[in-house]
Amino acid sequence: MSADAPDRPGYFGRFGGQFVPEALSGAITQLEEAWRDAQADPTFELELDRLRTQYGGRPTPLYLAERLSEAAGVETHLKREDLAHTGSHKLNNVVGQALLTQRMGKPRVIAETGAGQHGVATATAAALFGLECVVYMGAEDCRRQRLNVVRMQLLGAEVVPVESGTRTLKDAINEAMRDWVTNVDSTHYLIGSAMGPHPFPLIVRELQKVISVESKAQFAAQVGGLPDAVIACVGGGSNAIGSFAEFIDEPEVQLIGVEAAGEGIGTGRTAATITEGREAVLHGARSIALVDEDGQVKHAHSISAGLDYPGVGPEHAMLADSGRGRYVAATDREAIEGFRRLSELEGIIPALEPSHAIGWLLAHGRDALDADARVVLTVSGRGDKDVDEVVKVMTELGIAGDLGTDVVAADARPAGDADPRERAP
Amino acid sequence: MSAVGDAFARARDEDRAALVVYLPAGFPDLDTSRACLEAAAEAGADVLEVGFPFSDPMMDGPIIQAASQQALDHGYGVADDLAMCRGLTATTDVPALVMTYVTIPDTRGYARFADEATAAGLAGAILPDLPAGESEPWVREARRAGLDTVFLASSVSTDERLEAIADISTGFVYAVGLMGVTGVKDVASDDSRTLVGRIRQRTSTPVAVGLGVKTRQQAAEVAGFADGVIVGSAVVQAAGDGDRGGAAHRVAELVRELRAGVAS
Ligand SMILES: Cc1ncc(COP(=O)(O)O)c(C=O)c1O
Repeated sequence: MSADAPDRPGYFGRFGGQFVPEALSGAITQLEEAWRDAQADPTFELELDRLRTQYGGRPTPLYLAERLSEAAGVETHLKREDLAHTGSHKLNNVVGQALLTQRMGKPRVIAETGAGQHGVATATAAALFGLECVVYMGAEDCRRQRLNVVRMQLLGAEVVPVESGTRTLKDAINEAMRDWVTNVDSTHYLIGSAMGPHPFPLIVRELQKVISVESKAQFAAQVGGLPDAVIACVGGGSNAIGSFAEFIDEPEVQLIGVEAAGEGIGTGRTAATITEGREAVLHGARSIALVDEDGQVKHAHSISAGLDYPGVGPEHAMLADSGRGRYVAATDREAIEGFRRLSELEGIIPALEPSHAIGWLLAHGRDALDADARVVLTVSGRGDKDVDEVVKVMTELGIAGDLGTDVVAADARPAGDADPRERAP
Repeated sequence: MSAVGDAFARARDEDRAALVVYLPAGFPDLDTSRACLEAAAEAGADVLEVGFPFSDPMMDGPIIQAASQQALDHGYGVADDLAMCRGLTATTDVPALVMTYVTIPDTRGYARFADEATAAGLAGAILPDLPAGESEPWVREARRAGLDTVFLASSVSTDERLEAIADISTGFVYAVGLMGVTGVKDVASDDSRTLVGRIRQRTSTPVAVGLGVKTRQQAAEVAGFADGVIVGSAVVQAAGDGDRGGAAHRVAELVRELRAGVAS
């Protein structure tokens, strides 16, 4: 029953809890009750199911990526969350929490976002349900994920750039919490990952579990039996916990979470929370975080805005602590390699977040897994949003080659300058 | 009774509410913050709250966020904040509590932090993101070290939660009558009055109202129904509103005003 409910109310082992200001106690209790009522009400699951299939495009395929498998030396099946509506797994969580928002009678949702995928998903659900929507996004992330900023605006959401702290995901969460404590009567804080105070990590896991419910059945039908390993990238941990959930009680299935190693473990410029962090309270829960010995939260670093977070959800802390989960890390460069290779080998441009899982598999899969291992790897989102940032970073690293050169040349041409082809030779 | 309890009792004997003043350690720099706290004590604060800046101040509005960030940018750590408190408590009789986010004592270790706070002459601690339900390990260490534990109560707290908060709060209970972060909204007197009444039904520990008290008039209004009045952002703003040399003077002026308010 390990996957069913936290051990102590609100706890996964010694991780989790509700470290929130008293002013939020009412909202959190209300959410716990709304969730409990929804669980007991068959119409909730029916409505969720209808939205997932008819609106969200579920189930997403499980696809044997043969050319990638050959390159990685491991048989790899991709769980295609990139094909879900809005382009990532984030909608799974958002649709469920939007239904809860409706049940609580609240007219407004707020969200934090890093890569912008959770913000886009929230703005989408807000449009669908007719809710007012405000999304907090670090100013640095607004820059590197500009496409998603425009998408959110098109969907009718207000995007608030957050200039405080490190101007990334953790600061967006702080700002969302401040909004929530101020407007809690009218507002649901639609948290985007399996983190935050109880009951969020539980609710988000249950809503993301659909990934592994599907992949387990698909694997059994398409391949037979159970996979030897399930691999997913870990930011706050929602796509990973959703990918793991149905396999946690299958001890023969390895659970591998891939964090962002940024410039490399030991460089001080990483977001590899479990690999490099320590036990600490952050954003409402006891978990593992990148903090110094005083408890000050360190700056995380990752090429991927969605993984650029110095914390991780409490259930992952427990899985790491018990040894049930194995947590590894991929560098910025390995992620870029994963991004390019999946595009070239399979015709799938992944988001930078799951590119870490792919990059890790390509670089380390042969050593870390048996030669006959069959793995399921979650492609948590599509990469359109990341194209500009990848070109920029690859150019800085001097590894861009021809990538994006036409665009650069056209942009670099001074305005009013004639097309060189029209010039006399 | 504790030093904090005594301070509230003295104010009550003088037929007025106690004035509690918050200032962050290290803002605008460590020496000036100490000078500001001493000036607040001399100008009539009954209790001091010393903020230990945290990188992610979730409950604070722009004024205290910016002040905390400035202190952290100087590179000050908890050891520096404690050293400043040791100096402060050696030169003033006004009791001082540390106010910070739970991540700091939790990461340093509750036992170690409690001992360090006591050694620095601090009388207690306020951890606004530690609710009663998660507080047992901290309260145990704080009691052992002789620190008061002040907990926050909110208008949204259920009776059951207020019971728990009243039970474990010593020194005073911190009543928050408005929904929001520090330094943005103005105190809501009706909600605060109701909350104070609900807490008083459950404990004889003094009740102080904080969040949104900025002016002498507001202090006077709150003093009409609470045992204490807590002022933070307005004092921080005064400290930062001009050259460093004048910070303590500006703080003293505002505190004298507020003190006149709580006594009116
Ligand atoms: C496509 C994608 N994958 C993964 C993540 C990381 O979040 P989580 O760890 O909650 O799945 C994000 C976050 O923005 C994302 O957009």
